[in-house]
Amino acid sequence: MKNVLLSARDLSIQFGGVVAASNINLDVYEGENLAIIGPNGAGKTTFLNICTGWLKPALGTVTFLGRDITAHAPREITKLGIARAFQIPQLFAEHTVLENMLLAASAHAGRWNPFQKLDAIPERGAMMDLLALVGCADIADATARHLPEGKRKLVDIAIALSLEPKLLLMDEPTAGVASSEKFGIMDMIVAALSKRGVTSVFVEHDMDMVTRYANRVAVWTTGAILREGAPADVLSDPEVVRTVIGG
Amino acid sequence: MPWRAILIIVSALCLLAAPFAAGWVQSFLVLAIAKGLAVLGIVVLLQAGQVSFGHAIFFAIGAYATAFISRAMAGGELVSLLIVSALIAGLVGLVIGLFVVRYRYIFFSMLNLAFSMVFYSILEKFFHLTGGSDGIRVLRPSVLGVVLERESFERLLYVVTILCAIGFGLLVDRYLKSPLGQALRAIKSNETRLEYIGVSARRVLLVAYVVSAVLCSLGGVITALAQGLATPEYAFWIRSGEFVFIAILGGASHVAGAFVGALAFEGIRNFAAILFADGWQMVLGLMLIGVVLFASEGIAGLWVKLTAKTAAQKSEAAQ
Repeated sequence: MKNVLLSARDLSIQFGGVVAASNINLDVYEGENLAIIGPNGAGKTTFLNICTGWLKPALGTVTFLGRDITAHAPREITKLGIARAFQIPQLFAEHTVLENMLLAASAHAGRWNPFQKLDAIPERGAMMDLLALVGCADIADATARHLPEGKRKLVDIAIALSLEPKLLLMDEPTAGVASSEKFGIMDMIVAALSKRGVTSVFVEHDMDMVTRYANRVAVWTTGAILREGAPADVLSDPEVVRTVIGG
Repeated sequence: MPWRAILIIVSALCLLAAPFAAGWVQSFLVLAIAKGLAVLGIVVLLQAGQVSFGHAIFFAIGAYATAFISRAMAGGELVSLLIVSALIAGLVGLVIGLFVVRYRYIFFSMLNLAFSMVFYSILEKFFHLTGGSDGIRVLRPSVLGVVLERESFERLLYVVTILCAIGFGLLVDRYLKSPLGQALRAIKSNETRLEYIGVSARRVLLVAYVVSAVLCSLGGVITALAQGLATPEYAFWIRSGEFVFIAILGGASHVAGAFVGALAFEGIRNFAAILFADGWQMVLGLMLIGVVLFASEGIAGLWVKLTAKTAAQKSEAAQ
């Protein structure tokens, strides 16, 4: 059995009458690509929000590498090695793409010397390589605000990768990316993850993406996990087909 | 790069030569540049999209720190006055900053205003300590142990003021281009992402707040020394508003904007007061409307746009 990286125990949270998490138990193992699927409003993003400290669960704990991180500040959890890419990309809109990356690299390396220029930090080359990896090297000097949605998603993922995380949480990584490019880009991202030994959890609606990239799938419905297991087994489960995939 | 150095040296020489044109120019310029230093503090906070309507508190803290030391030590010494007063203001900035950096936009502005008005009231009411609305007289300090006559002290203060403006202008420019300064700009666009790259927006803003407090206090120290007086009016909200007005007029996209804005503002105010007597506020008001409508990035923004255009033309010509 592989090592458990992240472990959620008995997570529960409600927003008014909406149950976003009810008794969620999930382990994420080192080196895997775990897909989270489920209908809208099932609580998939809430799970990511709890794991990264954005939300405090009413009940339950999250441990990362054996350490309790429940309701720690997102910046502390980030520093421990969990990075996040968002459903709606979170970029520094007034900065260029490269500056976005350099800021993340400075934060990661703790470069806060007020007399060193941001664009002269030694990580510059590595950041250009990362941008090339997600196919965004050509837009390095574009202002983030002016990017099309698909490119924003990719830059968002590149920022998360620049933090050299142990675990990467991605919320619909290629939604908004042209479908002709989806697989090519996801191939590159997954290759980069395995090369760097990064474990990933990704929320996904596209079943082709799930079968192609996930080692394991967890199915969410109304704040609970309906099924969990190998993609082939889970995706052929009649109840999953009925409630999630639609048949 | 050499262009910038040449520009700085030429403007410094022009400023140094200016007082020979007419006697009043020197005292006018000292006060205008001192105000520019304070405005530079506002410009720093504007990078994060935050506007303080109470920064005169630090201007007044600089002035009163100087006044108290001056009173206790029969004048004191110029360099140590500048350093000690700025340190005190930095410390107060740290304490007030711990509260205000938790808030953004209107709440940030108003909380700053509240702090400054509390300080204003203290200066007014504790008259046995502060001299009330009359303020405290500031004696002429010695300079590194040398006691100067009034005229040579004023000349020296003028040179020190110009050096402060250039020195702090360059330092702040560097700071704003560093990761820390760029993180400050990132507060304006996305605090969520900042948190998710492992950065505390509050801490980034707190550093900027202390920097801005120190800059404002230097303006206050120089003004108090030049006028020989520190009064509660230095902490009044109208002065805070003036700093913000000048920051918008000068533009926040370049550190030079603070000084160009201050010179323009004081210049217009003086000449408008001569020409229109009671109507000078109207002239300034019309100017602000003009700036907001036609040059929202201020005077510095016009300059940045202009140089960007020439650079673009040059690269076009090269191709």
